[in-house]
Amino acid sequence: MSAAASIAAMAAIEKSPGYWSGVLTRLRRDPVAMVALAVVLALILMAIFAPWVAPNDPYRSSMIRRLRPIGTPGFPLGTDELGRDMLSRLIYGARLSLLMGVMPVIIAFFVGSAIGITAGFVGGRVNTVLMRTIDVFFAFPSVLLAIALSGALGAGIFNGLLSLTVVFIPPIARIAESVTTGVRKIEYVEAARASGASGFTIVRVHVLGNVIGPIFVYATSLISVSLILASGLSFLGLGVKPPEPEWGLMLNTLRNAIYVQPWVAALPGVMIFITSVSFNLLSDGLRSAMDLKA
Amino acid sequence: MLVYLLKRITHALPVAFGVSVVCFLLVHIAPGDPLTSVLPPDASAQLQAEMRRIYGFDRPLPVQYGLWAMKALQGDLGTSIATGRPVATELGKAIGNTLMLAVLATLIGFILGSLFGFVAGYFRGSWIDKLASFISIIGVSVPHYWLGMVLVIIFSVQLNWLPATGAGPGGSDAWRWDWAHIRHLILPAVTMSVIPMGIVARTVRALVADILSQEFVSGLRAKGLLDFGVFRHVVKNAAPTALAVMGLQLGYLLGGSILIETVFSWPGTGFLLGQAIFQRDLPLLQGTILVLALFFVTLNMIVDIVQAMLDPRVQRA
Repeated sequence: MSAAASIAAMAAIEKSPGYWSGVLTRLRRDPVAMVALAVVLALILMAIFAPWVAPNDPYRSSMIRRLRPIGTPGFPLGTDELGRDMLSRLIYGARLSLLMGVMPVIIAFFVGSAIGITAGFVGGRVNTVLMRTIDVFFAFPSVLLAIALSGALGAGIFNGLLSLTVVFIPPIARIAESVTTGVRKIEYVEAARASGASGFTIVRVHVLGNVIGPIFVYATSLISVSLILASGLSFLGLGVKPPEPEWGLMLNTLRNAIYVQPWVAALPGVMIFITSVSFNLLSDGLRSAMDLKA
Repeated sequence: MLVYLLKRITHALPVAFGVSVVCFLLVHIAPGDPLTSVLPPDASAQLQAEMRRIYGFDRPLPVQYGLWAMKALQGDLGTSIATGRPVATELGKAIGNTLMLAVLATLIGFILGSLFGFVAGYFRGSWIDKLASFISIIGVSVPHYWLGMVLVIIFSVQLNWLPATGAGPGGSDAWRWDWAHIRHLILPAVTMSVIPMGIVARTVRALVADILSQEFVSGLRAKGLLDFGVFRHVVKNAAPTALAVMGLQLGYLLGGSILIETVFSWPGTGFLLGQAIFQRDLPLLQGTILVLALFFVTLNMIVDIVQAMLDPRVQRA
């Protein structure tokens, strides 16, 4: 091959769309995933701009207008057991519910990936020690581990976040370890090693790009579980404490009202459901957009 | 098979040990002195030191663990702070109730899930497939404690067909398989079955689609086998994995029943855990978690062994 031809070939490689832009293109053609993405973005915007979106103060209670039905003038979604505006509380609730649901997965993504990639790349005794420890935490059903930890630590936002993060590190680390072990055996990693690259460089240049995609997709599939679990902790009186608006906690405090205003009491669950379905559909869309290698 | 059996058991033992260490440490990660809940607030320093010695809190952690584990192995899980009864007694009453609920929920979920999954995988790409996939997405995304509340609103509050809470007229101690009791079981079991249903449907759909795309199925069809004959082969190939998923789901439901049991005030282990959390009854929390987690480890092992017996390919992997 002449020098000019090889330069042209390199230019062509540079111009050809990367893997991730291909994924984005495929994702954009998936109507279900796009709707889910729109809902997720709307929820995030709602959480950020809650003070401007919410019609009322979510904390202001009133003994004379408790448990009003849906459609009450001024309170379109009724009022809760302390007379606070449901619509405003649901809007503000997105803040803590999203934070408690998404944050643990993000932190666990970084910590779990670091543990799994280290175990997979270094192998040997390091792998055994790390992965056997992970196995112990993986041996707990996720709900049980979350409740064990936050039950012992006590209620509170930080304790809830900490417990959920610990719950999601083992599954992510397991996936990261198995993907990395697979990549380590591919020839170009051997070639990089033979050419004298250090372990850190190999991980950064050759391994990370190949393993982070599958780990990321797996992590996104955990967000919906995490949301349900996070609100579940608050529902049990762990996690977020009153009077903060949080969907799971709202479900808990409204539980006694199901004989008075059943549909108002069920509203916070609708929000959890919509959020969790959207994250699930988005994750599914991402998965199929990434699996198509053609 | 014997080699596989031994391998699987030697894998489970260190995990069980690790699980017990985590449960042991639960009490120690809890904020505050573990003695504060047993001692009066004005206890003298001398009394505190004395109690610390009696409870063994003055010894090094590994020694404490050893003593605790020895007792636990003999069935002594300590005493509940709230009721003053042995944790093992409290657990013994609750575990049967949870088992009943979880087994029933798993069965409902497995039957419906395999049905949806099978139809979806068999008619892949059709509207039936899309509907079944939609239902299974709903199943894995719905916050089940909320679903329980909605079912209570519909069937107890509005229609007044089924009771909202409890385990029947005799309470938890006098369960009988008659309508007065069974009607209390229906709503919690149906609510709980939604989780395994979604997961089983997803698994079975993928399995069936995969099996149908394999060459031996085309071979069977070419041989002139009718759809029913092919169906038999597909079931035979999908069954081990589907059953394994079912077994694991049973374990998850046993460990994760707390939310549903709280909604329905079902007197099982989850309800017990809820009480332990509410009253900060750490021995009860620790004992319940230990038993449920060890149950899960054992169940995992049994599932793997049964799967290997049904499907020799697993043994070689």
